[in-house]
Amino acid sequence: MPSGAKTPRPWDRSPATDVQPLSLQLFFSFFKTLVGKEVVVELKNGARSSLGRARPADLAIRGTLHSVDQFLNVKLLQVTVDDRENFPHMQSVKTCFIRGSVIKYVQLPASEVDTELLQDATRREMAQQKQN
Amino acid sequence: MSAMLEPLVDKVVQVITNDGRNIVGLLKGFDQTTNVILDECHERVFSTTAGVEQAAAGPVMLGLYIVRGDNIALVGEVDEEIDAEIDLAMLKAEPLKAVVH
Repeated sequence: MPSGAKTPRPWDRSPATDVQPLSLQLFFSFFKTLVGKEVVVELKNGARSSLGRARPADLAIRGTLHSVDQFLNVKLLQVTVDDRENFPHMQSVKTCFIRGSVIKYVQLPASEVDTELLQDATRREMAQQKQN
Repeated sequence: MSAMLEPLVDKVVQVITNDGRNIVGLLKGFDQTTNVILDECHERVFSTTAGVEQAAAGPVMLGLYIVRGDNIALVGEVDEEIDAEIDLAMLKAEPLKAVVH
């Protein structure tokens, strides 16, 4: 065993940076501006059809955005579940990692979003995409 | 992404899978596709009629599991202090629904 050299663990290897399409890069950058703000993440696990069954709500998790990655996975701190009565499953969880693929909505504080900046960024992205 | 799960390694975590299952275990490892290795894991089955399954005889230990990333919805760090306070035998709830894309 060479001295000092550590066997790289799977999570030490950084993922390819250009894996995600440009449109996702924009949202990745957008979410990075919201780190530290409180958001509510609504997951895709609610009832769909209204065949009589109650509880149409998905699991909605409120927390402070700690970090986001290129797959739009998010990590939330100070987690609380809005509808505690129906969702007591996560009482002891204060920090969680949510996989991007399961997020339906991210509810944002309107005051933290500069829509003009967002529109400009979108226009720039579309222009770039047209060039490619 | 590794920055997100790395602090949770060797901690007790709660994994919510796409089919709505709740699995608690020690996070041993993960990778970029969010495949996860859980040690000493057990499932928490919620029901509206009986308390959480693990109450009476203790949890049914499943052992060492690899959970495939595309099946994972959420990985939550369990605060063991709060978790110890919960009376699982009295906790009645509808099991979580499956994820629909």
